[in-house]
Amino acid sequence: MPLLEVNNLRTVFHTEGGTVRAVDGVSFAVEPGKVLGIVGESGCGKSVTALSIMRLVPDPPGRIVGGEVFWKGTGLLKLPPKKMPSIRGREIAMIFQDPMTSLNPVFTIWKHLQEVLWKRFRLKGEPAKKRAMQALSEAGIPDPESRLAAYPHELSGGMKQRIMIALALLCEPDLLIADEPTTALDVTIQKQILYLMREMQERTGMAIVLITHNLGVVAETCDDVVVMYAGKVAEQSTVHDLFARPRHPYTHGLLRSLPHKGLTREKALPMIEGTVPSLVAPPPGCRFTPRCFRAEERCTREEPQLLANAAGRKAACHFPLDEEKQT
Amino acid sequence: MSAAEGSAPPLLDARGLVKHYPVRGGFFSRQSAVVRAVDGVSFRVRRGETFSLVGESGCGKSTLGRVLVRLEDPTDGVLRFGGIDTAKFSGRELFRYRSKIQMIFQDPYSSLNPRMTIGEVIREPLEIHRIGRRRQQEERVEQLLREVGLSPDMMERYPHEFSGGQRQRIGIARALALDPELIVADEPLSALDVSVQAQVINLMVHLQREHHFTYVFISHDLMVVEYLSDRIAIMYLGKIVETGTREDIFERPAHPYTRALIASSPVPDPAQRGEVQPIKGEIPSPINPPAGCAFHPRCLFAIDDCRKAVPPLEPAGRESSPEHLAACIRKHEI
Repeated sequence: MPLLEVNNLRTVFHTEGGTVRAVDGVSFAVEPGKVLGIVGESGCGKSVTALSIMRLVPDPPGRIVGGEVFWKGTGLLKLPPKKMPSIRGREIAMIFQDPMTSLNPVFTIWKHLQEVLWKRFRLKGEPAKKRAMQALSEAGIPDPESRLAAYPHELSGGMKQRIMIALALLCEPDLLIADEPTTALDVTIQKQILYLMREMQERTGMAIVLITHNLGVVAETCDDVVVMYAGKVAEQSTVHDLFARPRHPYTHGLLRSLPHKGLTREKALPMIEGTVPSLVAPPPGCRFTPRCFRAEERCTREEPQLLANAAGRKAACHFPLDEEKQT
Repeated sequence: MSAAEGSAPPLLDARGLVKHYPVRGGFFSRQSAVVRAVDGVSFRVRRGETFSLVGESGCGKSTLGRVLVRLEDPTDGVLRFGGIDTAKFSGRELFRYRSKIQMIFQDPYSSLNPRMTIGEVIREPLEIHRIGRRRQQEERVEQLLREVGLSPDMMERYPHEFSGGQRQRIGIARALALDPELIVADEPLSALDVSVQAQVINLMVHLQREHHFTYVFISHDLMVVEYLSDRIAIMYLGKIVETGTREDIFERPAHPYTRALIASSPVPDPAQRGEVQPIKGEIPSPINPPAGCAFHPRCLFAIDDCRKAVPPLEPAGRESSPEHLAACIRKHEI
């Protein structure tokens, strides 16, 4: 049984400009102990998917209007709100892009850890302090004792993200959802944080959902990948298959448009024309049609389903790249 | 450097450029420290090339960019543009200098005035520098919009009606309005989505081919830097630690920091996933940089001598081009 199963999830936001269908029928599963990447451009619905799983979508203006999220077989969306805190933070933990906004600026680092240690483990005094220092040093924080007394603004971005990871892992969750955890960091620090996450994952056996826009981060960190476009899943596959043989024309276009080792401006970058469509009035049929080099008339009228090929790789496309196009 | 000296004089020639910012301590204290944002950098930019400034946050690359376009006055040093020292320019001289150099900014959302139509945004530099009559200016705006791939009938619209990629095109059109000799582009791609980045990169290359201007390209993204640049300078904590041609930097990096940067930048290919250990530590404060080589606390190869003196930029190796320089005393052993 998968650890987490997202089934036909639909989340909307009611805005002045109309109803934004931010997540529009998204399905995927997370296996225990695996790192699943959710990759896509801004507005594709990857962060809203994560917030929906945690039931943290602000309502209003947002609302989960359909689908189900199964956590170890239990439907989370129908759970009474009182029950969520026993899962959120304990079994499923989350870290965000900007660690500054996730830490309380008037509390020391010790205060943050102390609260969790008391609420979750009824630990206080010396044992709590010992456990807190252990958590910080496991997260690669030098001199944990003096860091406990520090306020968030006294720490660098990388150090704050390490604190967030230490906090998230304090409860030994089975799943860590990390939403763009390294986007605000420099590349040498990004490398350190990704390395730390992978190391923690191997040590504890937890699963990770890593949400990112960076295909390089996906390639270096994930086992499996979900590619999202305009509120829907375009493609899902193992990381090796995805980069070696993308099935969806969007994935194919994204990968080709990246500058890579040895390529110089003598050769123009292959690019995807146009921009991401509006989610208030998305184009009918496949939402990628206006930008797709393989699109046919059928794509403008019929929405493709997310279907697996013989090898079990899913793509939502009428004319995936591994199939001869019949017209 | 000898290769550069033989040919035409460089468009930009920076010698020992310094930009320090005073920091105040408490309410009553006077200046208590200085941030050494740019701490003595020298380089040359040739006419028509793309010269990239690369480094992580706090390395001084953006401050240096702002000094080049004279949005900031240098604290010290010489900045020659076409052979004339501009570092002390003010008044009319500075006004004329600014028409020859333009800047493209990182954030296309905050760099365009939301109350101006995009026609006005692009026409403003022409108006300020009194180039042509109104009718001619408008024709020029139409032409510029076409050049950056936008339709002239968008002239009456406001910035909020455009996507990030389109806004960056508008910023580029405005930078082109005065037909500049030099464009300083400060992280012009980092706010854009992946699928839009390639569009803007291709546009930037195309425009340079058409107009033969020079780019100073400021970025932290090594893949894009390799794609776009002729020559590169790697910065760390206010100083250039290595400079050379694209091949020098990417094929034969000499400085341990350059190597760490290349090893840290994620490669979009899981087959190349390596078990490379990340370098330790964080970027130190530019208020109180480490003694000697500023990189030594993070460097795998550091020895005692690295703490003693700031290493000079010197020729990097036999295989390299003559302009490949690195500031590391162990560059020939590692």
